[in-house]
This record gives sequence, C-alpha cells and structure tokens, in this order.
Amino acid sequence: MTSVLYDAPGPRAKRRNVIFSVVFFVLLALLLWWIWQTMDDKGQLTASLWEPFTTAQAWTTYLLPGLGNTLKAAALAMVIALPLGAVFGIARLSDHRWVRGSAGAVVEFFRAIPVLLLMLFANEFYVRSTGLSSEERPLYAVVTGLVLYNASVLAEIVRAGILALPKGQTEAAYAVGLRKGQTMASILLPQAVTAMLPAIVSQLVVIVKDTALGGVMLAFPELLNSRSTLAANYANVIPSFLVVAAIFIVLNFALTSFASWLEGRLRRGKKSTGAVLHADDATIAGTAATGGGGGGI
Amino acid sequence: MFDFLEGYDVLGAFWTTVQLTVLSALGSLVWGTLLAGMRVSPVPLMRGFGTAYVNIVRNIPLTVIIVFSSLGLADIFGVTLGASDDFELQGFRLAALSLVAYTAAFVCEALRSGINTVSLGQAEAARAIGLSFSQTLRLIVLPQAFRSVIAPLANVLIALTKNTTVAAAIGVAEAATLMKEMIENEAQTVLIGAVFAFGFVVLTLPTGLLLGWLGKRLAVKR
Repeated sequence: MTSVLYDAPGPRAKRRNVIFSVVFFVLLALLLWWIWQTMDDKGQLTASLWEPFTTAQAWTTYLLPGLGNTLKAAALAMVIALPLGAVFGIARLSDHRWVRGSAGAVVEFFRAIPVLLLMLFANEFYVRSTGLSSEERPLYAVVTGLVLYNASVLAEIVRAGILALPKGQTEAAYAVGLRKGQTMASILLPQAVTAMLPAIVSQLVVIVKDTALGGVMLAFPELLNSRSTLAANYANVIPSFLVVAAIFIVLNFALTSFASWLEGRLRRGKKSTGAVLHADDATIAGTAATGGGGGGI
Repeated sequence: MFDFLEGYDVLGAFWTTVQLTVLSALGSLVWGTLLAGMRVSPVPLMRGFGTAYVNIVRNIPLTVIIVFSSLGLADIFGVTLGASDDFELQGFRLAALSLVAYTAAFVCEALRSGINTVSLGQAEAARAIGLSFSQTLRLIVLPQAFRSVIAPLANVLIALTKNTTVAAAIGVAEAATLMKEMIENEAQTVLIGAVFAFGFVVLTLPTGLLLGWLGKRLAVKR
C-alpha cells in the first residue's frame, strides 16, 4: 500500500475491500455480459464478420493504406509545425514589443479555434484558389489545419521550455560576449528542445487523433475513413470499429509510453538543467491566465 | 458586407454548441471525479478499471467515438437515449454522451494530479482522527484538489468547447456544421471563417480568463 489516503488494511478493512471488489466485479461482469449478449442478439459475433481481419486482403486493401495516410498526415504536420512553432515561440519572447505582440496574437488566435474549422476553411480555400486535384486536396487541407493549430500549441511549449531554463544560462552567454541571436541558437534552444522532447512526442498523439477528423469531414482516406469502406464491403460495423480503435490505441499508447520513458530518462540524465516539460506543463505554465488551448482532440 | 449571414441561424448554431458544451462539461465532471476516486481507491479492481478506462479512452480519437456512437450504438445496438423518433435530438444526446465519455478521462487525470498536490500531512491527519478512505477523499483531499486544478480544468473545458465541433461528424446542427454548409454555398469564404473563428474566440477566451483568475484566487496557499 503506497497511498497516503488509506492505512494498510486491518481485518475489517480487508473484508470490506473484498466485498467492494466482488460487488464491482459483478457489476463489471454484468456490463460485459450485457454487451456480449446484445452483440450476439444483433449477430455481431458471427465469425464471418470477424474473418476478414484474418485475411491479408482486408489489411492490404483498407486498413494499412488508411494507417499509412494517417501517419503520413501526422508526420507532415509535425515536421512543418515544429519549426514554425519554434519561430513563433521565440518571437513571443522577443525584446521588441510589436514582434512579441503580433506573434502572441497569432498564437492565441489559432489556439482558440477548433481544428475542424481550420480544416474546413483550408479545404474550401484550396477549392477556390488553387488547382489542387480533388485526390490531393484533403491531405493538404488536413495538414494545413493541423499545422496551424499545432504550431501554435508547440509555440507555447517552446516558450515554456525556454522560460523554464535558469536565468544564469542567458547571463553567462551574454558574459562571454554572445549576441542575442547566438544566445538563443546555441545556448537556450538546444537545452529547451531537450527539455521539451516529451511534450513534443505527446503532441504527436494529439495530431494522430486529429487526422481522423479529415476522414469524416473531408473524405481524407485515413484509418477511420478506410474503416467505412471496409465495413461497406464486409457489413461488419462493430468489428471494424473495434479493430480500428485498437490500432489507434496501440499506436498512441506506444507514443505515450515513449514520451514518458523519454521524460524519465531526461530527468535521470540531469546533464543540463534538469527542467523537463511534461505534456500538460506548457498549457498550464504558458497561458493558464489567458486561456487558449490545451488538451486538444 | 455581412449580407451572407441572412437566411442562416448562426446564433442558433452557437447556442447548440454552448448547450452541448455545458451538458458535457457537467457530465464529464461527475464521471471524471468518480474515475479519479476509483484510481486512488484501496480496491485494486477499481484502480485497474480506472487506469484501463483512462488509457484506452484517451488514445482513441474523439471522432471515432462520436461516429461509433451514431453508427454502432444507435444503429446496431439500438441505444437512442430516449430519442428514437427524433433524429436531431438523438444525434445531440449521442454526441453529449461521447463527449462525456472522452472528456472524463482528461478530467480524471487533471484531478489525480490535483490530489497529488495536496500535502501528505492533510491525508495523514485525516487518517489520524479516524476518517475512512471515502471520508478523507470527500472532506479533506478532494476539496483542496479541486481548488488547485481549476486552471487545468479550465483547459479541459476549453478543449471540450472546441471538441463539440466534432459532433458535426454525425450531423448535429452546431457551429461547425453550419460553417461547412455556409462556406459551400456562399462566396465569402474568408468572412464566414472569420465570423465562426470570432464566435469561438468569444466562447473560449472569457472562460480561460475567468477560470484562470478564479484558480489564482481559490488556490490553497501553502
């Protein structure tokens, strides 16, 4: 027993805990049984609905290309949003008020708007002002929406990361004669990036999840979208949802675990300043007072 | 300049967004608190359930949950939340249910980090005067935890406000649905985008400011 909320159980508490466990187990079992029964009633447990997933065809035709598109959009969005976010994060710390102010306004604006609206807007914008083919357009729209939103979130993470560094780092850099730009580029940013890595990896989870929006609203052929094509083909709505959800869970759980492993490693390493940003720190430290984003979809 | 707004019920759409937000916020606060209670409880099975729930739900895209609630829950399982004859209402309720299920995981995590900020002495003192686990949690720890997590909860609430737009995926008549319809039919893409962006800034910015201020005021000074 590690919690301070309760003592190591005595005989009575042990008995009570057993009773609670049994009651909770029964409730949980009833729930699962009800789900199982309903699925059985509606014929969702029929082997023929699940069989497609054991064949290579369902995977190579639907699920893997969908997953590929999901990962492609997420990777593109991350690669573009990261430098953009770094620029805006640094701009928010500028000594010039107009740079600081305008960067802040841009970041707060895009953080306050739902990603879905950004995607819809980008899609319509591409329809009207570019000659993108209708196969390419959804990817562009999804990536644009994700970049606009996540660059502003990453800007906050970068800003929080730089602010979390001890002041002595800047002072020492100035003392050895580095200029402002040099201080940022060779002293502050490298340390901040190390501290930010876990938060950045966590942000990837948000991006991966958000790609699903493009599948429903813009017909972008990602994982959720290929699920509906697959279900249309095999008429297995529930099984296909369960499989797709499982893929998302495994993928994102791996990313989350990687982020916390990285965080633990960086905290233990302690070569630099020891400041490590957790995923939520940026939104809390950054702009709890001014509102804005956080969380994400 | 704003002629294109005629014939569209923009305020009505935003009202649906607000209703969806408030309803889901209340629901997820209750369910999230229960989950947090389970995650710190002395019963291993409840702890396991809480952990599993949070880890699973947090990693599924909200879009998948909402689309599932419409295609899976409603169409196949026949869960219509008492609105089987009214498709609009059914979509609204299913969206609210999905948002509660999803947001509760984040509320739970915020609360749990709040529970960790309550100093050990508080819980130890509560145990010393003979309070049980549920009494300790209800009377001593949670009230302090809530006050210290107002700012993170504000972030969850703001994310929830923005997440209500995902309900557009099952055709709930809220802001994003209307915006999609409008930019497809009208020529002023940029202006329409600006109107809806402004609407969300108006919804989220005061929430953040108010709760941020409240969080600072109410935080337990240690």
